[in-house]
Amino acid sequence: MTQIAMTVNGRAVSADVEPRTLLVQFLRENLLLTGTHVGCDTSQCGACVVHLDGAAVKSCTMLAVQADGHAVTTIEGIADGATLHPMQEAFREHHGLQCGFCTPGMIMTALDLVAHHGADLDEPTIRAHLDGNLCRCTGYHNIVKAVEAGAKSMGSALKHAAE
Amino acid sequence: MYAFDYQRPAGLDEALAALRAGEDVKVLAGGQTLLPTLKQRLAQPSALVDLAAIPELSRIEHGPYFLTIGAMARHAEVAASPMVAEAIPALAELAGLIGDPAVRNRGTIGGSIANNDPTADYPAACLALGATVVTSTRRIAAEDFFTGLFETALAEDEVILAVEFPVGARAAYRKFRNPASRYAMAGVFVAARDGEVRVAVTGAGQGGVFRWNDAEAALSADFSPAALDGLTLDPSDVMADLHGSAEYRAQLVKVMAKRAVAAIAS
Ligand SMILES: Cc1cc2nc3c(=O)[nH]c(=O)nc-3n(C[C@H](O)[C@H](O)[C@H](O)COP(=O)(O)OP(=O)(O)OC[C@H]3O[C@@H](n4cnc5c(N)ncnc54)[C@H](O)[C@@H]3O)c2cc1C
Ligand code: FES
Ligand code: FES
Repeated sequence: MTQIAMTVNGRAVSADVEPRTLLVQFLRENLLLTGTHVGCDTSQCGACVVHLDGAAVKSCTMLAVQADGHAVTTIEGIADGATLHPMQEAFREHHGLQCGFCTPGMIMTALDLVAHHGADLDEPTIRAHLDGNLCRCTGYHNIVKAVEAGAKSMGSALKHAAE
Repeated sequence: MYAFDYQRPAGLDEALAALRAGEDVKVLAGGQTLLPTLKQRLAQPSALVDLAAIPELSRIEHGPYFLTIGAMARHAEVAASPMVAEAIPALAELAGLIGDPAVRNRGTIGGSIANNDPTADYPAACLALGATVVTSTRRIAAEDFFTGLFETALAEDEVILAVEFPVGARAAYRKFRNPASRYAMAGVFVAARDGEVRVAVTGAGQGGVFRWNDAEAALSADFSPAALDGLTLDPSDVMADLHGSAEYRAQLVKVMAKRAVAAIAS
């Protein structure tokens, strides 16, 4: 067993884990943060995407011990209490989900996209950045619309805050 | 996964000592290849030595003659580095075509070339640009580094520290991605310097990355896409699988090569 300590959604956590424990296992089974999903377990689908120090990573392809000393953000960590994050709100508004299985990963990847490319996004950029996220329901069209709208409302929220 | 021990040393000496300390101790870089391998129980290392806490291994440096990329530089870092974009823009573009954003946030250049997947992108750049692989014990020319399918010249306890790319060549990379895996079905890196042209091909060779000598000769005489019109890559040396026949891949290689030449010439 190895002792690890990290920040998850702003909260300090520590535990003894086997080195072979995956980060997604640690999040779901130790911390009971089951919003992060396992779709494929083979690094393909992106349902397990979380942020490590702000960057999107596949938590099924990372060990919990590798996250020791780092900050992890999951889908549970982005809303403001009962108020959904603008990106979550946009997925609801634009029907960016059907069964919802891929949605946490889609949203965490979308937030990585906004962090890297800003709030004003065109469709090819969005589609390229969602390359590693698979959805078996929606056909992607509404996801792309949701990401574009979510990014815009994040941009205007930032502007408001600055004024 | 089978059980293993894990260490994340803060210095290179400590890492090298850890690698020599036990049977079948393995280096862990981005884990984007090693962890899937361990999950499938295709390997059973006794311990993993994670290189992520050794800061000098992530450095990117641009000198007058070389661009040096530390082994632990992530694909996303190389893709976004202004230094790489200035020194060898084709290399930044190549890094941005690897896998997907989450894979690029973790995967490293050292891990990619150590693994030497026959469909990986970096090996083509190393070969075409005439890179040197700097390891914990020696310097290895790319030509001698990639020795076969998933095979390299690395010894068991040898660690890649950095890859040195000569600057100054005109270069371009064109890749036809497998739409499912995102690896190359054909990737061609062309580099031209002082009349010398190198064409390195990934995704297609049965023995892994290789230089296409006929294309190099044709382009040295006439650096234009049309110079490749009369050439055919021998399909008997080309990979065939459910994604494409050898003939199809050979044709893709030619098309990617022509596009890379066109990108440089324009
Ligand atoms: C979904 C997906 C898509 C991908 N698509 C592509 C693609 O399009 N093109 C492409 O080129 N690659 C692709 N990859 C592979 C990716 O680029 C990996 O990052 C890379 O192959 C391995 O790098 P790593 O840092 O993750 O290494 P690891 O997985 O940590 O290690 C791989 C191997 O290299 C050894 N190793 C690592 N670092 C060193 C070092 N410094 N010295 C000595 N040995 C070392 C390890 O011991 C291990 O054997 C993809 C991967 C995934 C999961
Ligand atoms: S569960 Fe991690 S990529 Fe599919
Ligand atoms: S909404 Fe069902 S998988 Fe995307």
